[in-house]
Amino acid sequence: MTQEAHAGSAAVISTGNRGVVADISGDKQAFQVPWGKAMMWIFLLSDTFIFSCFLIGYMTVRMTTTVPWPLPSEVFALSFGGDPIPLILIAIMTFVLITSSGTMALAVNFGYRRNKKVTVLLMAATALLGATFVGMQAFEWTKLIVEEGVRPWGNPMGAAQFGATFFMITGFHGMHVSAGVIYLTVIAWRVGSGYYDRKKGGNYETVEIAGLYWHFVDLVWVFIFAFFYLW
Amino acid sequence: MAQAEGHQEHPLQIYFWIWGLLFILSGFSYAVDYYQLEGMLRWSLILLFMFLKAGFIVAIFMHMAWERLALIYAILVPPLCLTVFIAIMAMESDYTFLARLVAFGPAAEIIAPHH
Repeated sequence: MTQEAHAGSAAVISTGNRGVVADISGDKQAFQVPWGKAMMWIFLLSDTFIFSCFLIGYMTVRMTTTVPWPLPSEVFALSFGGDPIPLILIAIMTFVLITSSGTMALAVNFGYRRNKKVTVLLMAATALLGATFVGMQAFEWTKLIVEEGVRPWGNPMGAAQFGATFFMITGFHGMHVSAGVIYLTVIAWRVGSGYYDRKKGGNYETVEIAGLYWHFVDLVWVFIFAFFYLW
Repeated sequence: MAQAEGHQEHPLQIYFWIWGLLFILSGFSYAVDYYQLEGMLRWSLILLFMFLKAGFIVAIFMHMAWERLALIYAILVPPLCLTVFIAIMAMESDYTFLARLVAFGPAAEIIAPHH
């Protein structure tokens, strides 16, 4: 991929900032994958540490508080006319996100098969499911703030830290989903308009890279679901 | 299957299998809460289903199982540092919790009456 670009510069010694980069990098490719994919993985690694810091912070405040922690099972229960069903909205959100991960995995596959139409449709479905997830999250936040009186500094159910960690963690995750919806829409648009056929010689690896981001968002939710909602 | 260019094209079947598995595992996770399992059983089941789901997503959906070993190590080894971080914070939390019990808890008046 980038090999051709480097091959020509081997004989020429770069100067200035380019020289710094060339010297430090040794002008070698470390990972035998497209550079975009390696960079996305490294970004996701850094994101892993950010979300881990939030979850570890949550663990710390939950372990240190002497006031009982509100029961997520009851706080997030929802009633459809009858008795409240525990955690039902969160369960539906989980299934929506997993479904979107499945459609994304298929989109990557059809991208590599050069099936533009199916790829765009699957990516649009993924983005739509992502938007549905964010919508349900907005509903959840509204219910919690307006009906249950949860604030970042306190709530009527128990430990004050509940609101702070909840809004921080789910808010940051929701922001990732929203960004992902925009990202997927842009890439789907480019696939549909034939951008990758014209500019990249029919190379659809960008779809896979966008897919990595989307699966990561689903991956983070797996941990939030386990630690925040189920624990 | 793994090509030098990182081209990831696999049979569709495998995605449908993993998709189904993720649904089933999520159902199990929800069941843990629905049937109100308690204590160690609850926590170990939550962790088991969580790690299985995370593993399938990373290995199959994100194609990590077919990537070069150098990339796998570069991405999956650094997060192991987090286990140390978690341990340190857990110890610190225990200490803070005890200190709060002593200073603000029901026993505070007994331990330090004129506090």
